Amino acid sequence: MKYFGLIWKNVWRKKIRTSLTLLSVFVAFLLFALLSAIGYAFKSGEDVADAERLVIIDKVSLINPLPMAYKNRIAATEGVHSVTHASWFGGYYQDPRNQFAQFPTDPYEYFSMYPELEMPEDQLENWAKNRQGAVLGRELAEQFGIEVGDRIPIQATIWTKADGGRTWEFDIEGIFETNDPRGSTAFLLFQYDYFEEARAFGKGTVGWYILRVTPDADPVQVANTIDLQFANSASETETSTEAAFAQSFAKQFGNIALIVTMILGAVFFTLLLVSGNTMSQSVRERISELAVLKTLGFSDRSVLGIVLAEAVLIMLMGGLLGLGIGWLLVQGAAQQLGAFLPGIFLSGEAILTAIGIMIGAGIVAGIFPALKAMRLSIIDALARA
Amino acid sequence: MSETLATLTGVSKTYQKGKERVEVLHNLDLQIPAGDFIAIMGPSGSGKTTLLNLLGGLDKPSSGMVRVGDAELSSMSNSQLSHWRSTNVGFIFQFYNLLPVLTAQKNVELPLLLTDFSGKERTKRAAIALDIVGLGDRARHYPRELSGGQEQRVAIARAIVSDPALLLCDEPTGDLDRETADEILKLLQILNREHGKTIVMVTHDAQAAEYANRTLHCDKGTLEAREAV
Repeated sequence: MKYFGLIWKNVWRKKIRTSLTLLSVFVAFLLFALLSAIGYAFKSGEDVADAERLVIIDKVSLINPLPMAYKNRIAATEGVHSVTHASWFGGYYQDPRNQFAQFPTDPYEYFSMYPELEMPEDQLENWAKNRQGAVLGRELAEQFGIEVGDRIPIQATIWTKADGGRTWEFDIEGIFETNDPRGSTAFLLFQYDYFEEARAFGKGTVGWYILRVTPDADPVQVANTIDLQFANSASETETSTEAAFAQSFAKQFGNIALIVTMILGAVFFTLLLVSGNTMSQSVRERISELAVLKTLGFSDRSVLGIVLAEAVLIMLMGGLLGLGIGWLLVQGAAQQLGAFLPGIFLSGEAILTAIGIMIGAGIVAGIFPALKAMRLSIIDALARA
Repeated sequence: MSETLATLTGVSKTYQKGKERVEVLHNLDLQIPAGDFIAIMGPSGSGKTTLLNLLGGLDKPSSGMVRVGDAELSSMSNSQLSHWRSTNVGFIFQFYNLLPVLTAQKNVELPLLLTDFSGKERTKRAAIALDIVGLGDRARHYPRELSGGQEQRVAIARAIVSDPALLLCDEPTGDLDRETADEILKLLQILNREHGKTIVMVTHDAQAAEYANRTLHCDKGTLEAREAV
């Protein structure tokens, strides 16, 4: 710490050069924060997955529906404790920008399948009694100012009604929350019966089934049994864990993790070149000063440490600033985009990874100039000065 | 003058220059008593600075022995020499070699960063050193805000702040006008006479050498003594 004053002064030796380097580090880590948060949003479905819940989708594609008639056969399969279903509605509220997930389902079955969702019992009963009823998560209710008792319109983008209309109206009967801190409540549930009755096409089908296996059952075996039952039928099934389902759902948008890794890889590679060049220049310019330090008694290791510390300090200053601003932007985005992209969040793991990258990149950028400074011959350097 | 502070015995120094071996010092013997003020003169390339580097533990002899105080420099490792330099020797260069990003005070504090002194103690000791060289009121100035003479005074303060017994000066007045050079040389004389510092000064300037107790002439790697006029 007693060298900090010296390190700090050296970092700011060329203010414009250091500022430009800091700016590039800042942008890199701002990007890291934003992309990590987006990546986290796409991955959050996997994190909240329950090991005892399986999801059944059409073997060919998630967008192909499954017959409603499968439900009883699935429920009768050995090892299945309970089963429910949901479908993708894909509507928006008031404005096309207000997109969030809406699922037609069965009220009691769904809430029993997802015990992490919490809603007052009377609200669940009211919803079950009202065919046009719907319930929505706390996040959505707060974002759009919707309260129990409101009647809200949802504009369908896929499911036109039998009468040709695209506006589906729902009575809000309840607002649910989740007791899983990683979970999202940015979705709306409404009665499948109403959906089935009012839609113009696709009758007798559902999007996917969700089932809970009995505690003593082997989920893999149950999944295989179910898929075997529907093999060679018009709608073959693929049963997987909830985590795998969330993963395949997210992959509809592309391999987000790979895209994020590739972008960040390119950014950090460039960053290493920029900061490595800055450090090399900085050391080249003060060869005689480094020789003076060694003359005064600073050891080779001290000189190495000072130059490395300068490189790491530049990374930490720019990086923490980028991460901080990124965190603020993510907080803002979580409020604005929470419904469209639930789970957008800069995790502690991402922050620690970023700090690790800052230190690592600082060391990599500074190591060659630092070694040069360490190996410096005092006599040669002073003679050149 | 009493006990010997530094002894060079049979010291030779050879450099490899391309394919050629150049002998800069040849079988040199020298004793420097504690409290002495020696000027070393001689033409360029005669080995003056090499001798200074050997005395300061910046370089090692090709053969022979260099002893300063209790330390046998020729047998010490680089890290041992670094540690030794930090407390036993002060360097004063022709071009001052101050760090431009640090104030006078912080430049003087540099050698103390290698000690266990607290920040407060470092500040206090640096202030005393600056007072000794007459620059107590310039502590917060950066080198670019000081004259050449003032910069050299700061460099002298940096050389004495850790209270070394030996000061090695390489052309300390080579970049200064006559008047300023005389001020610096008087300051070195005070450090020698009143503070008991042993000084070895390399110079081309015969007038500067007159401030020393004795002058040694270095030529072709050997030394010849001449008493101060």
